[in-house]
Amino acid sequence: MTAGEHESESGPLQVRGTVLTVRQVDAYYAMTIVAPGIAARFKPGQFVAVAVGGPDTSMLLRRAFSIHDVRPDHGGTVEFVFAAAGRGTRWLAERKARDVLDLTGPLGRPFPVPRDPVSCLLVGGGYGSAPLFALASRLRQRRCSVDFLLGAASGDRVFGALTARRSGRSATITTVDGSLGVRGIVTDMLGQVIHEARTDVIYACGPMGMLRQVTALARRYDIPVQVAVEESMACGIGVCMTCVLPVVGTDGITKMVRSCVDGPVFRGEQVRWDEVGTIPFDAFGAPGWEPKMRRIPARPAADEARRHGHGA
Amino acid sequence: MAPDLRVRLGSTELPNPVLTASGCASSGRELAQFIDVSKIGAVVTKSVMLAPRAGRPTPRMAETNSGMLNSIGLQGPGIDAFLQRDLPWLLSRGARAVVSIAGSTVDEYAELATRLSDAAGVTALEVNISCPNVEHRGQVFACDPVDAGAVIEAVRARARHDLPVFAKLSPDVTDIVQIARSCVSAGADGLSMINTLLGMVIDTETMRPVLAGLTGGLSGPAIRPIAVRCIWQVRAALPDVPIIGMGGVMTGRDALELILAGASMVSVGTAIFHDPSACARIARELDEELARRGVKRVSEIVGAAHEARAAASQGRVARMERT
Repeated sequence: MTAGEHESESGPLQVRGTVLTVRQVDAYYAMTIVAPGIAARFKPGQFVAVAVGGPDTSMLLRRAFSIHDVRPDHGGTVEFVFAAAGRGTRWLAERKARDVLDLTGPLGRPFPVPRDPVSCLLVGGGYGSAPLFALASRLRQRRCSVDFLLGAASGDRVFGALTARRSGRSATITTVDGSLGVRGIVTDMLGQVIHEARTDVIYACGPMGMLRQVTALARRYDIPVQVAVEESMACGIGVCMTCVLPVVGTDGITKMVRSCVDGPVFRGEQVRWDEVGTIPFDAFGAPGWEPKMRRIPARPAADEARRHGHGA
Repeated sequence: MAPDLRVRLGSTELPNPVLTASGCASSGRELAQFIDVSKIGAVVTKSVMLAPRAGRPTPRMAETNSGMLNSIGLQGPGIDAFLQRDLPWLLSRGARAVVSIAGSTVDEYAELATRLSDAAGVTALEVNISCPNVEHRGQVFACDPVDAGAVIEAVRARARHDLPVFAKLSPDVTDIVQIARSCVSAGADGLSMINTLLGMVIDTETMRPVLAGLTGGLSGPAIRPIAVRCIWQVRAALPDVPIIGMGGVMTGRDALELILAGASMVSVGTAIFHDPSACARIARELDEELARRGVKRVSEIVGAAHEARAAASQGRVARMERT
């Protein structure tokens, strides 16, 4: 069956893509795959979900990677960046040119871009910076200025430092060990960069702790911030319900939303960072949540916590 | 000639016996981006409850060898939103909707059966009884023959007479046949098996359980032999009761294995996370598997492994006689 033909022209596709290259980039790997449909539909901030382990794999869950770049050659290619941290990503790192992988994409909501030519600061942690370069191109098409603030534990873990320096109006690098740029973490430099670049909008992608701090600082400076979250996913298409986090909607109601289809990009202030990994008591459908229209029998929260029935 | 894959579920004819498994396809909308949901047997929805429910904290998932643990906690928007939004969408796409229901009390299940009987277009109810019974100290309904029977009796009493009621059984019991008998005595028109098995994973780096909910349901091909065994036992004891089989089906061959054990229909769950077009692919593969064996109708081979055992032993006798 040709996937994707049943919904809109912009929806995700499931394709068998041929690997073009796998190359090591400092501490990471970058894989380029021929996937014309995905390349054509891609918008910065979206991701792909890749099946790993080959036929009869014992690893059932897809690995999700934000798309670093798409190119028109070979009809359309997609590149993503990953760390060979587990069994699945080590398998991916061992792929060779002409191997075929099953991937779905482009998935998730992309970064919204400003209507006006404003000053944009792109903040990345580790290889979380990967999706920021396609975003930068898109922003420059809109005549926005782009400044980069990238950080990691060490210089070999700052993804795209060179590209940032070459293409950004400014590029500030921080490393915890001081091996590249300024010693420290990105949020140490955020205030200074915002001040110097007269930042109007912040885009951030990286570990949850970093996104939380960037959001807090952005709020202090009253600057809107768009974050792309990294939650662990099983399916990437919105059916498994594992990648949820508490997000406040425009109606003021907190819901446990799926980062794969409702995100991965959120307005920073919508995410209830302090409660990620929990169910806030007032979240829609939480034990403490009260429906406005009709009353339901209350379930004692203590009972709820004690039981481990496995209805899913 | 292509094998006839059609099967009957109550008064509805399904084009093939491959269904989604509850909780693995939401209400079908996301899968429609990858497959035509009207061409699979039916969409079995994620379990619907009366009230909205936020579910359990994260992490909710852990990958295991040939399987996964999940601890979602039945997150969902509740029956009102389901009836307003999800059911009409499924019907508008020409899909057949088997609605999975879950509750914390017998009355909640009964109320859901009433609401879904009033709605047009539901093909069948699958009763997820792997939920804690608030009125019985949190004992899971599916693990107690009396509680399981009480839920099914209440649902059967309130469900429209022509709406088939399937009880979804848990393998985490001493004697699944006993629970199956209890559900059938209480009026179940069929049985679905198996639900996930309760499991646990500990992260040896952090030295803590991986799941925030501590335990989770194990699914995937790792549990398929257990599904085959449960279906086999129940089919042997209750040969006239239709079974929807599920548990680690990844391919058409796997679906055939469950059918041979006694399932009339097969639900595909965890495989969807691996391959969003799994249901369509497995229906196609099942068709090929049957064609290769010269099987004309899928309904002919339901439970055939029980007969084949007799056939094989006869063959052995014949060989012995020849020597």
